[in-house]
Amino acid sequence: MSGSSKYQPTSPVGKWFHERLPIVAFVKDHAMDFPTPKNLNYWWTFGGILAVMLVVQIITGIVLVMHYTPHVDFAFNSVEQIMRDVNYGWLIRYMHMNGASMFFIAVYIHMFRGMYFGSYKAPREVLWMIGVIIYLVMMATAFMGYVLPWGQMSFWGAKVITNLFSAIPFVGDFVTTWLWGGYSVDNPTLNRFFSLHYLLPFVLAGLVILHIWALHVPGNNNPTGIAVKGPQDTVPFHPYYTMKDGFAIVVFLIFYALFVFYGPNYMGDAVNYVPANPLSTPAHIKPEWYYLPFYAILRSIPDKLFGVIAMFSSILILLALPWLDTSRVRSGNYRPIFKGFFWVFVIVCIALGFIGSKPPEGSYVLWGRILTAYYFIHFIVILPLLGLLETPKPLPASISDDVLAKAKLA
Amino acid sequence: MVATGAVAGVGAALVAWPFISQMNPDAAVLALATIEVDLASVPEGQEITLKWRGNPLFVRHRTKKEIEAAKSVPIADLKDPDARNANLKSGDQATDVNRVVGGKEQFLVMMGVCTHLGCVPDANSSLKEFAVLEGSIKTGGWFCPCHGSQYDTAGRIRKGPAPENLAVPPYKYLSDTKIVVG
Repeated sequence: MSGSSKYQPTSPVGKWFHERLPIVAFVKDHAMDFPTPKNLNYWWTFGGILAVMLVVQIITGIVLVMHYTPHVDFAFNSVEQIMRDVNYGWLIRYMHMNGASMFFIAVYIHMFRGMYFGSYKAPREVLWMIGVIIYLVMMATAFMGYVLPWGQMSFWGAKVITNLFSAIPFVGDFVTTWLWGGYSVDNPTLNRFFSLHYLLPFVLAGLVILHIWALHVPGNNNPTGIAVKGPQDTVPFHPYYTMKDGFAIVVFLIFYALFVFYGPNYMGDAVNYVPANPLSTPAHIKPEWYYLPFYAILRSIPDKLFGVIAMFSSILILLALPWLDTSRVRSGNYRPIFKGFFWVFVIVCIALGFIGSKPPEGSYVLWGRILTAYYFIHFIVILPLLGLLETPKPLPASISDDVLAKAKLA
Repeated sequence: MVATGAVAGVGAALVAWPFISQMNPDAAVLALATIEVDLASVPEGQEITLKWRGNPLFVRHRTKKEIEAAKSVPIADLKDPDARNANLKSGDQATDVNRVVGGKEQFLVMMGVCTHLGCVPDANSSLKEFAVLEGSIKTGGWFCPCHGSQYDTAGRIRKGPAPENLAVPPYKYLSDTKIVVG
């Protein structure tokens, strides 16, 4: 928030420091006193959950690097050594491995929440677009991390995904050779992926700061989608939302721990416990679950170049979402027709994920194509038209009115 | 101002190049770029897989039936009519003889790298029947396990998402039964 801070240092040391670096005032304004809509529901806690998951991934990752060897001859064995010999190595690796999946579960919920409540609409377009970039960097980071154990899926996943760039007309082969540092995925590729996998989480941390900065200019959206009209609509972030987010984070960590302790390989692929063999491709290769919808889109197009274009477009189209949705009403709660289409879209995304996990044969191919078409129709046809054709429900006069009306009903 | 900015811009571009170029294959990778293969060790109807430039290289000793099956395919039926043979000029037709060396048609030397996304195609044995060539023979050729591309007995793409025939690397005969690849 702009304007002068409410923070007034009382001690002489506090005053001396404040005049030289007003960081205490900054933290108080942005992490404690920040006026936050008082009606945020639990779908709004996933931002905090994501911040915690990023920290968990960075800490467990830094520890893993202390024991990991980025070389084609040693990488697989060094991961096995972490699992068997390093004290608590199994725990730290399983935390990191499942932490990646938890990170994506949380980010998908966070994104769908933004889509349902129209959090991408003016004045939050830049906030949303930074979020899409964060998601892209997350995908690149997770992809390179998955290559590091140098199992069969690591190797062939890396080969297939880097080969996507060979679809670029004229320069495709030069680009792939440049990415690999050779004529195939090999030691130079493993080394550079390791370097970038260590770097990108810190890039993510920087982007998260920009994301929060862009959030703190207009302030939070909220379940009604209407703007804050005065102090009666808000509560200070601390203690109200530090406690609510804190509770949600604890519940989420319990869910995470269930996987770490009782199903650490449930979301992984057993074939990745076979060392990489550049001369033999496993019978069924598929990416990690969080890429499956996009993998299904790639395979649904029978042409190499257009398949790659469709796959990248399916993510990049999110950048245009603030302008594709023509409705001026933000929250899906007041858009009866949009609400239905939103849930259809969620189901289509999950169904695409299912198709991506299946071999490209028989009716899976046809369904993949139908669902891919629908995915794009949702953005290019349904959202622009709905804004023009739909009659939204009447909006409450203010956030406070809505909260009080709900309290009366209860 | 403009001159300073221009000099700084050119300087930045010049400094950027080493940082881009360092990612290209280094001298050690380039030095490993040739291998010799003794063809006498490959019996008829068998295939060996070697590693060349980090990729699988197929050397198949084709049977007469496989060669005839490949020869009987009209060029018009091919998805990719280019021979994709590094020893010929680009644009040469993908006839069976252009995929091998004339007079040595039994030895098919090519990369085991699917031209779609780089997986290793499996050779179809006579035991496993794949409908590789609809309406002609049912056996032989290669099948990619990743996205279902199918190649015929000359390694030419016939079905599936792969855009090109399997690449024939640069190679030449040193003697009657010995080749050098690369």
